[in-house]
Amino acid sequence: MSGAKRPKEYEKLIVKGKRCDGRKIDELRPLTIKVGVIKRANGSAYVELGKTKVYAAVYGPKELHPRRLVEDDKAVLSVKYSMLAFSVNDRARPGPNRRSTEISKVVKHALEPVIFLEEFPQLNIELIVDIIQADAGTRTAAVIAGSVALANAGIPMKGLVSACAAGKVDGEILLDLNAPEDNFGDSDLPIAMTSTDKKITLMQLDGVMTKAEIQKAIILIRKGNDYIISKQIEALKGVYQ
Amino acid sequence: MIETNKNYIRQNIAIKRLDGRTYKDFRKLSVETNLIEKAEGSALVTLGETKVLVGVKMDLGTPFPDSGDVGILMTNAERSPIASPEFESGPPNDDTIELARVVDRGIRESGCIDFHKLCIKEGEKVWMVFVDISILNNDGNLFDAAAAGAISALLTAKIPKLNDNGTVNRSEYDGALVVTDLPIMVTTALINGVMVVDPTADEEEVIEGRVHVTSIEAGICAMQKSGSCEFTEEQIMTAIDNSIAMGKELRKQLKKK
Repeated sequence: MSGAKRPKEYEKLIVKGKRCDGRKIDELRPLTIKVGVIKRANGSAYVELGKTKVYAAVYGPKELHPRRLVEDDKAVLSVKYSMLAFSVNDRARPGPNRRSTEISKVVKHALEPVIFLEEFPQLNIELIVDIIQADAGTRTAAVIAGSVALANAGIPMKGLVSACAAGKVDGEILLDLNAPEDNFGDSDLPIAMTSTDKKITLMQLDGVMTKAEIQKAIILIRKGNDYIISKQIEALKGVYQ
Repeated sequence: MIETNKNYIRQNIAIKRLDGRTYKDFRKLSVETNLIEKAEGSALVTLGETKVLVGVKMDLGTPFPDSGDVGILMTNAERSPIASPEFESGPPNDDTIELARVVDRGIRESGCIDFHKLCIKEGEKVWMVFVDISILNNDGNLFDAAAAGAISALLTAKIPKLNDNGTVNRSEYDGALVVTDLPIMVTTALINGVMVVDPTADEEEVIEGRVHVTSIEAGICAMQKSGSCEFTEEQIMTAIDNSIAMGKELRKQLKKK
């Protein structure tokens, strides 16, 4: 993260309080959420956060294979996050890798706390997230889309989950890093929160921050997540009205 | 573990743990270094009954296309069936991958290694530093033991000499790998509403989730929330405070070596 050589255009990432894409320090990228975009799936969503574009689909509850993974007292949520080959500058090799395995795991852990998995013992709820274009913030976009797709599939949940990141760039704490800020900044802190009691279900940190800076970042993230939740609810309501 | 034992741990966690510790106590951690002569660096960490062996090997490689002037760090973990009846041989599962990646993140993001110094010829040849983590006995909190092992092994690592024809000569060394900071990971787990430092294998059977926090002198350099539970901001701050406090102590201990 730190130490990467900056090209001329990104030598200064904040000029007079404005970021390289014109945003203020506490402003999210433009967010679009669409629901029910994949008709074969039980539930689906499309999320666009700036140039990051993500599809999520939910299949199930259905039978779980292989059978040895079955849990007797609850459903198993399986999450498959993947980046499509053409979603990044240098072609990404298709198929799972260590990064996608870890992200699938943290996204699963981000969503499980709000799902009433005990309603479907021995069954499987499958969430597939395809990143069709990656431009920073793909795991948070995956959480936003995944939570909406689960709701669209009618999976009983105690609330939604929203997610966004903040990070330290050129000495400032910024909300929702774009690709240059992510690549040339000092740190990145993605956090997912539940809509009901704003508890933290995903958190990772890459790069150095003090405790006070982390607390400052969480204040920005809370604000960002409040807005994201309102957009998630609006998108879901749009389908049923 | 039988259900009564699990309940016992849950109910008593705030007062007393099975091994007599309080929720704030870290087990004794000891490090033995340089016990593998064939490796460029090595360390055996003992944390309570948990034993983790870490070896560092260095090799020549081509840099990544987007960063031609920096060396490469590769961290890999293995949960050999030698360490626990629950571990199976075969390719790493998602828990093992997470372990390797969280340890890797702590080292990488701490900035303790200047990877520019590991560039031999820009765009063509760089040093690749392989950190291989092998679990010998699992009594819980593999993350902290592996992280302590990784940084201890790196601290002892020497860079092999390059022959005139560009091949590696492993019988002679060209100085030590320069490590300028000591990232320390401290894990706090959530059990029945209590944030508990350094869980044992028994306690890991009942934990709802964990927060792994890696600290350096200047602050926090990596974090990871793991497990399907929710944390309040206050609980996260407790994990950060634990890491800062324990990190200070362990840095002092490891520096003395």
